[in-house]
Amino acid sequence: MSSHASYEFSNPVVRWIDSRLPVFSLMKAQAMDFPTPRNLNYWWTFGGIAATMLVIQLITGIVLVMHFTPHVDLAFDSVEKIMRDVNYGWLLRWLHANGAAFFFLAVYIHIFRGLYYGSYKAPREILWMIGVIILIAMMATAFMGYVLPWGQMSYWAAVVITNLFSAIPVVGETIVQWLWGGFSVDNPTLQRFFSLHYLLPFVLAALVFLHIWALHVPGNNNPDGIDVKSEQDTLPFHPYYTMKDLFAILVFLLVYLAFVFYSPWYMGHAINFVKANPLVTPAHIVPEWYFLPQYAMLRAVPDKLGGVIVMFASLIILFFLPWLDRSKVRSLRYRPVTRIFFWLFAITCVVLGIAGAQPAEGVWLLVARIATIYYFAYFLVILPLLGKLEKPKPMPASITEAVMQKH
Amino acid sequence: MKNRIVRMLAVAGLGLGLLAAPAQAAGLQENAEEHAFSFEGPFGQFDRAQLQRGWEVFRQVCSSCHSLNYLRFRNLAEPGGPEFTVEQAKAFASQYDITDGPDENGEMFTRPGRLSDAFPAPYPNEQAAKAANNGAAPPDLSLIVKGREGWYYPWYISPVLKLFKGNGGPEYVRSLLSGYTDPPHGEEREGLNYNPYFPGHWIAMPPPLSDDAVEYKDGTPATVKQMATDVAAFLAWVAMPKMEERKRIGLMTMLYLGLFTLLMYLVKRAIWSRVEH
Ligand code: HEC
Ligand code: HEM
Repeated sequence: MSSHASYEFSNPVVRWIDSRLPVFSLMKAQAMDFPTPRNLNYWWTFGGIAATMLVIQLITGIVLVMHFTPHVDLAFDSVEKIMRDVNYGWLLRWLHANGAAFFFLAVYIHIFRGLYYGSYKAPREILWMIGVIILIAMMATAFMGYVLPWGQMSYWAAVVITNLFSAIPVVGETIVQWLWGGFSVDNPTLQRFFSLHYLLPFVLAALVFLHIWALHVPGNNNPDGIDVKSEQDTLPFHPYYTMKDLFAILVFLLVYLAFVFYSPWYMGHAINFVKANPLVTPAHIVPEWYFLPQYAMLRAVPDKLGGVIVMFASLIILFFLPWLDRSKVRSLRYRPVTRIFFWLFAITCVVLGIAGAQPAEGVWLLVARIATIYYFAYFLVILPLLGKLEKPKPMPASITEAVMQKH
Repeated sequence: MKNRIVRMLAVAGLGLGLLAAPAQAAGLQENAEEHAFSFEGPFGQFDRAQLQRGWEVFRQVCSSCHSLNYLRFRNLAEPGGPEFTVEQAKAFASQYDITDGPDENGEMFTRPGRLSDAFPAPYPNEQAAKAANNGAAPPDLSLIVKGREGWYYPWYISPVLKLFKGNGGPEYVRSLLSGYTDPPHGEEREGLNYNPYFPGHWIAMPPPLSDDAVEYKDGTPATVKQMATDVAAFLAWVAMPKMEERKRIGLMTMLYLGLFTLLMYLVKRAIWSRVEH
């Protein structure tokens, strides 16, 4: 991003500004001319889709705040008021609630894309690690957002999740009380969650900026996982990828809006339409679907502290992935054996999601345990070993050759 | 070799799924009885006459125990609901005494209800509601249809079913109200009534409906089933008063965006046809 006013813009005002603050040069170099591998498939559109969802969350969230009251006695009523009396308030609220779910959907697909095509490998380790921080920050944001409407599930999710910290030896209780701002989940908890739920999305936006910066140093990876060798291998980002991304974003929005308009609380829990009541514990306390795999891992371990460690480890381990996978070959297109284990891993994550929605007992507990073991084995055993043992398939010499072979 | 591993794993996965099924099926609650409400599906709308009948049932029967805190009298005349005339809504409101004040002497006073008033609650607080109902407070019904589910199918059926049939809240209310039966084995419990649709089967609410409990102005015979259906539809509207607006705007948005998507596809294809990719 260091290139200085290297373009001669014809518009004199643009030229004048650009010679003093080269924003136009920057945009032209980074968002229009940026050389992008010509073989990217549709899995590469999910980054732009996720960014779109972040913008939608920011806009709908800021307007929701204008009508929302963060107080235990008023929060639930104020959300209902948004639904009934604020013009298009129902639309804002359903856009925001479903937007969180579809944001996660996009980001999860984006991550699995990275796993499959080896986008975390050199020289993109920092890019990948910023992505993992984004995921964790998103999870914190969504969790605290879910507490705000102060329904039964909001309240009990806050109780269950904050209580996890009490498993920490010695200081656990103190930490939990510090999180609560008192001796139970109550008004101070709601108000600090509100404050942080407003703050974190802007931190996310900053992280996304760093993520894209780190992307624009080495440029995109691609489905064949081979480096760009010549200009022939690339296309300018605009119009090729701007138009392709826009098309993909629209398709994604169509699915998202179908839920917003026709099944807006399909993904939620009925019980969250009942106001929070500290005296009545719901029969099943279940998080939103995008936390179910982690929830399953938490409950798979018989020991509370162990469960908490495993759950956080399932995210932290992603930071080490670039060094756990020893193979020099990025794309699983050329690693037939690893590919099988990858798909097993993907299925495992779905199975964990299903197990997370069931009561943690009987068969489901067993399933969750096996899946948790496989989840960690994939990173700690399978990838390190296969990186050494597997003989990759022969790779094309260049991206252009790979493209031509297809035809 | 590779294929065999894949096949084996597939079989193992299926086996696990089947094992897990019976554990799910055993529940303490019956699935609600299916009913095709007029407001289901992407084009479904409320049946005005039905909402008006449901309002009569609520007003004359349920309101002696249940509040409806989020309903304001003006809503009764708004588009997308029962669509009473403003005059009718005013007349309904004026039948209730509303506590207002303080006046210039600092005194609270009662006055007839207005359009802007919320529907008054039968009890001043939760304790009073409990005391009058054997210790179980009748819940506010404004969101009951969204706050309860009607289907209890295993995990591999219910996500698909719910996509098409919703969460079954209206069906649950309808089944609950018309589903009181004699308890099996002649069992009796103090202050509780047997209802297979209620979680746990024993509910503190006595059967609220009996044939001809209300007299319908449009001449519809007031059977228990009919009243249960009408009041369930009415409560569905109270829970989602913007449903018709939502579906209307949804249709326009989907059509517009669908067309835009199609155009973008053509643009993308035209641009990419210039290069091998
Ligand atoms: C005599 C008072 C009374 C009347 C009249 C009454 N209810 Fe109830 N209702 C109750 C009580 C008490 C409960 C709480 C039951 C419990 O928790 O066991 C209840 C609970 C309910 C529930 C919630 C069940 C659940 O899943 O928790 C619904 C729905 C309901 N009533 C609907 C109605 C409707 C509709 C009417 C009018 C047709 C009505 N009730 C009339 C007393 C009444
Ligand atoms: C990373 C982006 C964000 C995510 C993932 C997210 C997630 C969520 C979730 C899951 C809920 C609960 C939804 C519900 O049941 O209603 C919620 C509610 C809320 N969010 Fe966010 N949010 C994000 C950004 C924002 C921003 C930027 C703001 C404001 C600046 C905001 C303000 C609110 C408010 C006021 C509520 C409560 C109102 C409601 O329940 O609809 N959010 N958020």
